[in-house]
Amino acid sequence: MSTSSRYRAPFADSGPTPIDQAIATRLLSLALSKGGDYADLFFEYHAGGSYSLDEGILKAAGRSVTMGLGVRVMKGDATGYAYVQDLTPEAMAGAARTAAQIADGGGSVDPIAFEAAEVPSRYQSADLTLDAPGQDKRELLLRADRAARDEDPRVIRVEASLNEEVREILIASSDGRFVRDRQPLMRFGVRVIAQDGKRRQSGNSGGGGRLSLDYFSELSPEWHASEAVRHAIIMLDACESPAGEMEVVLAPGDSGILLHEAVGHGLEADFNRKGTSNYTDCIGRPVASELCTVVDDATLAGSRGSINVDDEGHAPESALLIDKGVLVGYMHDRHSARHFETRPSGNGRRESFQAHPMPRMTNTLLLPGPHDPEEVLRSVKRGVYARKFGGGQVDISNGNFVFSLTEGYLIEDGKLTSPLKGVNLIGNGPDVMRKVTMAGNDMQTSDGIWTCGKEGQSVPVGVGCPTVKISGMTVGGTQAG
Amino acid sequence: MSDYNIDELIALGQRIIEQAKKAGVDVAEAVVSEGAHLSAKVRLGEPELVEEAGSRSVGLRVMCGQQVAVTYTSDLSDAGLTRFIEDALELARLSQPDAFAGPPDQDLLSVRQDHPDLDLFDSEVNAIDAKRALEMAKLAERAALKSDKRLVNSEGATVSRQSGASALVTSGGFAGGNFGTYASIYVNPVADDTDGKKRSGSYWSARRHLSELEDPEAVGVEAARRTLAKLGARKLATQQVPVIFDPDAGRSMLSLLAGCITGGAVWRKASYLADREGSTIASELVTVVDDPLLPRGPGSRPFDGEGLLSRRHVVVDRGQLKTFLLDSYSARKLGRASTANASRGSGGGVSASTTNFVLQAGDVDPEALISSTDRALYVTNMMGYGFTGITGDFSRGASGFWIEGGERAFPVEEVTISENLDQILKGIDRIANDEDLRTSTCTPTFRVSRMTVAGG
Repeated sequence: MSTSSRYRAPFADSGPTPIDQAIATRLLSLALSKGGDYADLFFEYHAGGSYSLDEGILKAAGRSVTMGLGVRVMKGDATGYAYVQDLTPEAMAGAARTAAQIADGGGSVDPIAFEAAEVPSRYQSADLTLDAPGQDKRELLLRADRAARDEDPRVIRVEASLNEEVREILIASSDGRFVRDRQPLMRFGVRVIAQDGKRRQSGNSGGGGRLSLDYFSELSPEWHASEAVRHAIIMLDACESPAGEMEVVLAPGDSGILLHEAVGHGLEADFNRKGTSNYTDCIGRPVASELCTVVDDATLAGSRGSINVDDEGHAPESALLIDKGVLVGYMHDRHSARHFETRPSGNGRRESFQAHPMPRMTNTLLLPGPHDPEEVLRSVKRGVYARKFGGGQVDISNGNFVFSLTEGYLIEDGKLTSPLKGVNLIGNGPDVMRKVTMAGNDMQTSDGIWTCGKEGQSVPVGVGCPTVKISGMTVGGTQAG
Repeated sequence: MSDYNIDELIALGQRIIEQAKKAGVDVAEAVVSEGAHLSAKVRLGEPELVEEAGSRSVGLRVMCGQQVAVTYTSDLSDAGLTRFIEDALELARLSQPDAFAGPPDQDLLSVRQDHPDLDLFDSEVNAIDAKRALEMAKLAERAALKSDKRLVNSEGATVSRQSGASALVTSGGFAGGNFGTYASIYVNPVADDTDGKKRSGSYWSARRHLSELEDPEAVGVEAARRTLAKLGARKLATQQVPVIFDPDAGRSMLSLLAGCITGGAVWRKASYLADREGSTIASELVTVVDDPLLPRGPGSRPFDGEGLLSRRHVVVDRGQLKTFLLDSYSARKLGRASTANASRGSGGGVSASTTNFVLQAGDVDPEALISSTDRALYVTNMMGYGFTGITGDFSRGASGFWIEGGERAFPVEEVTISENLDQILKGIDRIANDEDLRTSTCTPTFRVSRMTVAGG
């Protein structure tokens, strides 16, 4: 790790007020002083930067620095949680005492033996975008603006943004984990509005990940600008979408967000521990078409959803969730893993020190299938091709989900014809997974744009999938029939 | 009467402003926030989570000439604050001059003596401790689960309280503060349906004052009723029918309108209403008011995010769009005056937003509205994000009930409803009288004459 960065946690080894194992032991003992079974400490330092371009100029730049400690104490299935922003010894002890209250007995605490943890290196955090000169980032935005305006005279507005952060964490637990990680993240986005006569439409493009500014030597600001303009111009000619049940083909890459909602959330083990998911007690059973193999893979280099350790200090790998249609595993945090008597899968994540961890996805992928993507498209007489997604949502209890498309096309006789506006896809997770009748050999992962929300907590995630055909799904449009 | 010392927050704000001015900025505006919250969740009768914390932070907006930067920190140590101000200065010099940037005119700023007391703080809310919150949550969940044996499971019941204070201090000479509380109770039972699906339903109550919060047991019973009512839900055939929105679904619709009449969307022309001020945008039954001065209102505030005195606006008057809601930046962009609708995020950034944004009640009971409807989809939940402000195109997933002959015939799921927002607002043909100010944007039950419902 580089030490030249301006953005280092004060509690880092080299920081002004390092947190060492002796301090952690004292706080954990306090946390368990009322008889809790387990306690952990989550120290977090977060520095963020934002640059936004509008009307051809860098209109505003922002920066934030926050830090704090979250103390969690568990007694059976009950959790006590307290956090402080002030990392003085008194304030930290106060949080430990507050969280301890979830248990109401007393007790002595065995000495904690911390184990040395091997932390993998799935992103390089030495070369932070935060440390790069502001002028360089301003220039990236200005380049996108110029490129978008040069691309087409119908472009009337260009907005571009760059958001960056570094999150430095330290986890210490009463069962012996003491782990540090430093997680960089960057996201770039361009949005344009194009106008032709009275018609006005927007288009966008974005990407990023746990990466340095080297990202832009592969996908330049000009590339994103051109993609956003293409999107907006195509949408100028979009027609009202048909409504009703029809065949749907998902484009590779970002369409993985549908999988994230349709099946991913239902496989987070907290819902299954509580018996409130559609997938409760389904391990070993077929839950999807044989073409579906789904993994949650935290190891992808530099991906937005990748992590070296989760927010409970466990190292995630690539977890097989569905194997050729059969459910083989859930995503676990420590709590659900204990319930199911299995190993935590490293999916315990949280938004910040102000929130307790839950099972969350990292990069959720549907692996490639046998079909040529052209062949998939040719097989559809009339249907919808989903190219770009806005957002989606799922009701875990019954698996019903909804997605809105920002770019979709009508498929007629195996060919893409008219672009469609106002398309929503609605379906039921288990039902749609069984209706996957073709899967392409062209698997792609999304560029880093997705953020997942659960119980009010947002975490960055990755998704991926090949071209996929779903034999029937409800398309919500305005044109009945 | 409150546990907050506004003067102390103002003093910290003043210190930051002075330090920033000394460092070389022309304009500095600091918002100092302080808050505390407690949340207690019970599941199947046992405590599941007790969360408790306090926080304090500062957001700062600075300008060097017309170059703007925003910084935020929770590190209030001397070194942290110095660094925070240096960052702001560095970023302001990086950003490019924006001809419309600037603080509001000094003579528009309000003074502290004129700030009304809106009764937003209740010490009874602040006095709820973990034990009491757990008891309330237990009562609520028990009331839900014992009301029917088909309620076999639960996502739990949560009782939360939060309180907070903030002070705004600007180099233009404004200093003011505001504080308040908010308590809520939420119950989420789960039932097993005959097709093997789980049915999750919920109900909640929220108020600034504890005495106005619905009784925990009543919240539980209502959550149970709503969950059981979903059993046996099915799809509908694709068709065009009237749609009734209950207050939860209605709120989502009204928030779409809010996004289309506030400053940023208007001057950017990212709203289908950008050129429609003064024209008919809804049926004549529709009157929408933005009122920051409602006593005990969830979105109430004595002054706006730039220090202007709050005031009430009739935004839509019997179908006519009367005014956009603006902060001083969007006002300058449009060549007019701020409507005192600036909202300053805790992070320091400023944008125009609504306060208590309310569709005014009609004269009919919601049950009477339903019984007077021959065939309709009655929407209680919406999912997804299908709205394009620039065109007004709307399409979202929905669930609720099928109404046949004025009765709830069966529950409905997995359908989408679509129509352009312009047509939706113009199609409102009945408004009930059941508005409930649980949240700052709210509507009573209302009916739209025709939308496309897509199903199987």
